[in-house]
Amino acid sequence: MECILKLDGLEKAFGGLRVTASVSFSVKEGELSAIIGPNGAGKTTLFNQITGHLLPDRGKITFVGEDITGLSPQQIVKRGMGRAFQITSIFPEETVLENVRMACLSRRDEALSYFRPVHRFKEATDQAFAILESLGLHQQADRPAFELAHGDQKLLDIGMALGLEPKLLLLDEPTAGMSPDERQLTRDLIRRMWKEFNLTLIFIEHDMDTVFGIAQTVRVLQLGALLAEGTPDQIRSNPQVITAYLGEDLA
Amino acid sequence: MERDTDLKQAVLWLVVFAAFALVPVATASKYHLLLAAHILLWGLFAVAFNMLWGVTGMLSFGQALYFGLGAYSVGLMVKHVGPGWFLPGLGLGLVCSVILSLAVGLLIIRVSGVFFTVLTLAFGQLAWQITFRWYHFTGGDDGVQGIIPPGILGNGLVYYYFILILVALAIWLMHRLSQSPMGVLLRCVRQNPSRVPFLGQSVRFSQLRIYVVSSFFAALAGSLMAGADNSIHTDMLYWTTSGEVILMSVLGGIGQFFGPFIGAGVLIVLQDVMGAKTEYWPLMIGIVMMVMVLLLPRGLVGEFQALRVRLKSLVASR
Repeated sequence: MECILKLDGLEKAFGGLRVTASVSFSVKEGELSAIIGPNGAGKTTLFNQITGHLLPDRGKITFVGEDITGLSPQQIVKRGMGRAFQITSIFPEETVLENVRMACLSRRDEALSYFRPVHRFKEATDQAFAILESLGLHQQADRPAFELAHGDQKLLDIGMALGLEPKLLLLDEPTAGMSPDERQLTRDLIRRMWKEFNLTLIFIEHDMDTVFGIAQTVRVLQLGALLAEGTPDQIRSNPQVITAYLGEDLA
Repeated sequence: MERDTDLKQAVLWLVVFAAFALVPVATASKYHLLLAAHILLWGLFAVAFNMLWGVTGMLSFGQALYFGLGAYSVGLMVKHVGPGWFLPGLGLGLVCSVILSLAVGLLIIRVSGVFFTVLTLAFGQLAWQITFRWYHFTGGDDGVQGIIPPGILGNGLVYYYFILILVALAIWLMHRLSQSPMGVLLRCVRQNPSRVPFLGQSVRFSQLRIYVVSSFFAALAGSLMAGADNSIHTDMLYWTTSGEVILMSVLGGIGQFFGPFIGAGVLIVLQDVMGAKTEYWPLMIGIVMMVMVLLLPRGLVGEFQALRVRLKSLVASR
């Protein structure tokens, strides 16, 4: 399988604090992988650099064979990278449908059309509705997004990223703040999305059931550096990871 | 369902348009015709302003700059070149408004929130100062009088219909814009600007686009105003003119496309009625505005819509 994303010696410091310490790894196309690590390990900061939100101090990011270091988020999105956020980031006053449709329109380069009413963009509307259906949000399509329950808002955030038809999807703590039942549902959903949309998917997560339940590859960050990388079984039995993060009971 | 709303909107459009078209039939008074023209032009100016504020979330306190630019392009062309140059002046004003708003926009859209507002105010006041001081070119505080539209447009009635058609066309174009994908994108820019880049769109360019569009239509309103009043004055560039459209938008409701238009109509009629009764009319307007902001923050149109939704759900629940 081909490598879709490659990080080479990525470095980032906030003042004297090294938040990303020469991180290098490659993600294979079609892989479902997780990034774990204690709070403050630099997981979200790493996502922010990959998506162009933060500029790394040193190092190189290659996405689908192209150097994307220093490109803006919108340029990187156009190349096929989607992202959902740790703290749900949606357009609260727009309807659920409109939130996803905006992404679909953007993907089709129709977001800047200024004359035809938005509901007459049939392809984008159908696609948005199909995404809502597979997320189970279609019955709430006409409600303003702020009315949704927290878990559904997280799903909507993911739905917006899916509307971009990304090659690579980054999810930042998709199950944070959810009940155990919702977590189980979201876990199944992520796996289903991954298959249905042929995604390469990387997620940050603290819920170990989710991580070891669905990830093919797990990467562990600690103090900004890559501590370990391997299959769930390898990670679970890695003594360094156990002391740094997992603790004895999970091993 | 969506086609249904399309039809309803078209009917509403026709009713409002017909009402303004029938004003000259209903009254022979030139004063009332001027009042109706003022409502149309201020309404256009306010709707254009609200595309910036209510839709995109950019509070400009300097749209008088473009309103005045349109007016002075017409006025100065007529004054310095000749009375036949009214329409070329109008065209020049529109072209200049695009160029100037692009240049100013590129400078000031780097900042957001209150800093943006203060910068728009600064540019507006700068233009006012220049116009005020440059007496031999702009006429300074005297302004320019005797601006008569050329040919058949010189007839007050014809000019009124000329305004009506242009204003209707302009507002229709902006309405289409507000319902289009770009209109949605502009609302997204207001609600959650940090998400927009991750949908592959630029916040800055969206803001710049609407700044230019809004300024263009402000200039159109200003240049038509020069012909309606037959005169221009430095007050058109003063910050109170920018403030006026803010009041109109708040009064009508900034969350509704037609809110500012209704707000303009109500404010102009209020000013007219109260101005005839008492010299303290600005105080009355102030009280009305205070009541609106405290009790009806969604504005006249916004509160009306909210009431309709509540009544509907009340009927449905029975």
